[in-house]
Amino acid sequence: MTLTGQPRQDAAHHLEQEALVVAGRPISSRLIMGTGGAANLEILERALIASGTALTTVAMRRVDAAAGTGVLDLLRRLEIEVLPNTAGCRTAAEAVLTARLAREALETDLVKLEVVADERTLLPDPIELLDAAEQLVDDGFTVLPYTNDDPVLARRLEQVGCAAVMPLGAPIGTGLGIRNPHNIAMIVEQAGVPVVLDAGIGTASEAAQAMELGCDAVLLATAVTRAGDPELMARAMRLAVEAGRAARGAGRIPKRYWAQASSPDLDA
Amino acid sequence: MVVWINGEQRELASDAGVLDALGALGLPRTGVAVAVDGEVVPKARWAATSLSDGARVEILTAVQGG
Repeated sequence: MTLTGQPRQDAAHHLEQEALVVAGRPISSRLIMGTGGAANLEILERALIASGTALTTVAMRRVDAAAGTGVLDLLRRLEIEVLPNTAGCRTAAEAVLTARLAREALETDLVKLEVVADERTLLPDPIELLDAAEQLVDDGFTVLPYTNDDPVLARRLEQVGCAAVMPLGAPIGTGLGIRNPHNIAMIVEQAGVPVVLDAGIGTASEAAQAMELGCDAVLLATAVTRAGDPELMARAMRLAVEAGRAARGAGRIPKRYWAQASSPDLDA
Repeated sequence: MVVWINGEQRELASDAGVLDALGALGLPRTGVAVAVDGEVVPKARWAATSLSDGARVEILTAVQGG
């Protein structure tokens, strides 16, 4: 958790408190974007701008001289920090090699660690994930692991030195929202590092829900890039993350069984 | 000698190194990373790293994803 909960002193101090901080580095937006699924770079650019994101994922693949490095040029131009992922890796060894290649190619020690078990679910393989996380932390990486919505695994990832934990709401690309809000709440409750809800978001209300549950940020791609209007959905997600964060900070009313009048009695 | 670059067989001079492998594909030297036989070769060592016959060279870059 990055907020101190101290009263606001001035605008700058307030902003500082408001920033997401991962491993000591402030990130000015709590909406982290992915770049996968966009029909073309022009649509992606409009969506990234509308999202207000400051940190965005890319994947590492064999170079194709014809394809060029358009996405990197785009992120540089928009001054968005690059977060390489290890998508497609099935073992700790593959993920560690991919992360090291990303560090070389992109000159960043940030890595979104993904080690998935199979194509059908794309769910994280917890054993390989924890192994890879430990190796990468030892090698000096700032490790942001994509993990199951399992409070025990999240705790273990934090214990080996991950800079954040990124539990899924639902499997990648499903748009099923947050299937187990209670698990996410438990992860938030015990975490000493930022919690980023990663994967499963389908629409804006679910991004707001993640923040209401106490997540520090939301990471999404498909919900925006494959939406009917990616730019408009990116704006919706930005507003939802802000709204959910404010609602969490405001403190919601307790739920009641019976009605409670909000106007004075007639004879009062 | 023959080396494998990103899974494709390439004929290179017998004294070829990492920089020659990049050149063979006409690649830029920024935004890419190189592994030879499963080990990352840092950019600072590209010029000094020679390849052996049958070496497996992987050259990666960032693409849209995640």
